[in-house]
Amino acid sequence: MSAAELGYDAVVIGAGTAGLTAACRLAEEGARVCVLAKGIGCTHLAAGTVDVLGYLPEAAAEPAPRQRPTGGPTAALVREPAAALPRLLAALPEHPYARTGRAALEEALAWLARTVLAGPLPGYRYLGGLERNRLLPTALGGLRPSALIPETFAAGDASALRRVAIVGSPALRDFHPRLCAENLRRTGVQARPLSVPLEFDRADASTLTLARRLDDRAFRARLCAELTPLLRDEEQVALPAALGLRDPHAVWSDLERRLGRAVFEIPTLPPSVPGMRLFEILSSALRRAGGRLALGAEVIGAQRRGARVHSVSVRAAGHERRYAAEVFVLASGGLASGAIELDSRWRASERVLGLALEGLPSAGERRFSPDYFGEHPFARVGVALGPQLWAREVENVLVAGAALPGALPWREGSGEGIALASGYRAAQLAIEAAGLARPARSPAGAVL
Amino acid sequence: MRGAVGAEGEDQLVSATADSPHDALRVGGGPLDELLRGSLDHCVKCTICETACPVAAVTPLFPGPKYVGPQAERFRVAREPVAEWSVDYCSGCGICSTVCPQGVKIAELNARARARLKRQRGVPLRDRIITRPTLLGRLGTPLAPLANAALASRPLRILAEKTLGVHRDAPLPRFAGWRFSRWARARGGTLSPARTGARRQIVYFHGCGTEYYEPWEGRRMVELLEHLGFEVLVPPQDCCGLPLQSSGLFPDARRAVLRLARSLAGPGGLAAAGEQTLIVGNATSCTLMLKREALEILGLAGNPELELVSQRTYDICELLLELHHRGELRTDLQPLEETVAYHAPCQQQGHGIGKPALELLALIPGLEVRELSARCCGIAGTYGLKAEKHQIALDAGRELFEQVERSGATSVACDSDTCRWQITRATGRPAHHPIDYLYRAWGLERSVARNGP
Repeated sequence: MSAAELGYDAVVIGAGTAGLTAACRLAEEGARVCVLAKGIGCTHLAAGTVDVLGYLPEAAAEPAPRQRPTGGPTAALVREPAAALPRLLAALPEHPYARTGRAALEEALAWLARTVLAGPLPGYRYLGGLERNRLLPTALGGLRPSALIPETFAAGDASALRRVAIVGSPALRDFHPRLCAENLRRTGVQARPLSVPLEFDRADASTLTLARRLDDRAFRARLCAELTPLLRDEEQVALPAALGLRDPHAVWSDLERRLGRAVFEIPTLPPSVPGMRLFEILSSALRRAGGRLALGAEVIGAQRRGARVHSVSVRAAGHERRYAAEVFVLASGGLASGAIELDSRWRASERVLGLALEGLPSAGERRFSPDYFGEHPFARVGVALGPQLWAREVENVLVAGAALPGALPWREGSGEGIALASGYRAAQLAIEAAGLARPARSPAGAVL
Repeated sequence: MRGAVGAEGEDQLVSATADSPHDALRVGGGPLDELLRGSLDHCVKCTICETACPVAAVTPLFPGPKYVGPQAERFRVAREPVAEWSVDYCSGCGICSTVCPQGVKIAELNARARARLKRQRGVPLRDRIITRPTLLGRLGTPLAPLANAALASRPLRILAEKTLGVHRDAPLPRFAGWRFSRWARARGGTLSPARTGARRQIVYFHGCGTEYYEPWEGRRMVELLEHLGFEVLVPPQDCCGLPLQSSGLFPDARRAVLRLARSLAGPGGLAAAGEQTLIVGNATSCTLMLKREALEILGLAGNPELELVSQRTYDICELLLELHHRGELRTDLQPLEETVAYHAPCQQQGHGIGKPALELLALIPGLEVRELSARCCGIAGTYGLKAEKHQIALDAGRELFEQVERSGATSVACDSDTCRWQITRATGRPAHHPIDYLYRAWGLERSVARNGP
């Protein structure tokens, strides 16, 4: 037998938010889809919220007070993404949101909220949309504008937050209530740190350890017994984002009931517990729809036939394995994941399919800013595109997520929004172009 | 150098790298080991491996793959005693490497660290015994009724726990009392191509689980492959060395896997068959050992026979799915009106091929398949047999067992024998290899399958 080859309607490369969203949508429309991923993606590292547009870059901002709490010099805080998006697109017509279109963004947000409800975490919900950003406290006590958020974050919205106790424990090295509270006070919230003695059976407890313990009702009861006498009247409670992995809605509701007040989560250093929940939700939706997911399956190249990618090669154990498809969705991430690389000779390359890049500063132009949070021209690099989300160089590759050019996600506060909208839109385009929609297949069986 | 690794074992290898401050990573020497070592520097401490580790989730004795792997590795220096012993609690399931987005060889690094720890602290007698399934199989098979009675005897199991450290409740397999290879030989090898209409040949790697404990699985494999038009070659074979490797007995593991590779590649195997002939196995952790683990963990890259065997080896479900995608798999499957829960073992996930069994089971009309999302059953080969780790293994598998209970399935499909034994022990549900369902749906089931040749 010759080189192994499997055939699907669509192959998605990458298992982050963009890749899983594209794959879910394709599978839900009846396409035979397989996700190939080197490993688990960005979900476990991000906060689990969908930040659509938190700051307008200088070019798009009207003369307005500069409000970025973390000290970035040039971006203006966005309170209403729906109103700010047209300004962004007018100033940056090549921005990924211009390519996905606003309708796809809105549909994608609604789709995710529905998918969360249908998922394996009973009662767990996402709240919000494009109308307004919520300003959520970060672990450092900054405020992060976010559009669609887990219910367990909602009470933290600084526009409504008055008095809050930021609760941590000496046993948790990744969350420092005093640092968080002191910074938060600068934004006008009456925050104070609280420390409770938590007992873990290990010295290196992370928020993941806490999340697993909080799944246990008896542990919650002990925590609340410690906490209750320390709380003041009309004071809300913030905890590191660790309110349960298996049943976060029940954990969060139980804490609110026991403490008799609003409780919310503040995201911490990785691993991100809300991000792990999001991965569970999306990968479970993919299984329900009959899609396939192969982890530990790094794509190392492609076979082209004329202007089309015929198949991609995976470094599987023992031998190379090829996956052929009508359409490929490249959702492999950008600079952070290593899918786009800048080598020591200043050559930039796309490492997965070897596609051409765009947005590269030309020779002699400045690539980086000396300011860490400044506007680094190089950061706008991405896969060179033709119309919409189609890669320019080949006919049947769509690009989604951080591999797209033209955005500065961490300055704009737009990473997850771009991932979600482009993953969603890529699936639509794939279905339209390749006629992949089929009568809904009977799923491979219920998923547990 | 690496081709010469073998009988003399570790001393020779360590002295060969005495100038390196990191000999723990250089037991094999050479570029591949540099690759493993280099993968350490790709670790960005993202903690994704920690979220997936089934052992760290249930016991503080194992602080997690990132901690004992990419972090502690930097403190393991040549000729200095190992002060950090928690790596012994790594089960070797390999999930950490499978989920790592940076390609760090976490499980492989940890396997090597464990081997070094064993060298330093000594290997318990128990580990020297339970890691030799071939020896146990040869001793136990002729005495099967007696041996099985002994394994089922509570007082003897308690004694074995106290003297050897094999947990009294651990899911030890029963000796079948007959050997697959004897059946294959008695049958006159394979059926002639004329009779089966075989269009191509394939080499069958059955491993020791099939040889001594579930020989009927081997019989099914042969009959199923013949049904699909293969002429099946069965070269003589013993254990692949995986249990030895995961207990840190590297020199013995190297000998075992190289002997196996010679046989599979030799005159009874690949050498007797046409070019591009494949090797197929039904023991998914053992096929992974041949494909990758022996090369990377035991530092055997460059050995020509093992490299050849690595490239040619397929897991049975991987092979069948590929045939299906080429339109070469018979689809005249009879309905099976039942519900089955499918669990993909950690080692199967290590192949990087997704879950081919799911697509195959979906071909069977009437069969309701419930995919279990829990990652691990806990047993990890021989890990859960060990008295001090038995409870950890049960705790690690609890989520899976609960999913099985809730699934409404009457049986569990799973690609690995030790995982099947663990699942059955913990849930009471019978567990079968995914091909067993195909075998039945193709109408190949015969009443004698379990009772002997």
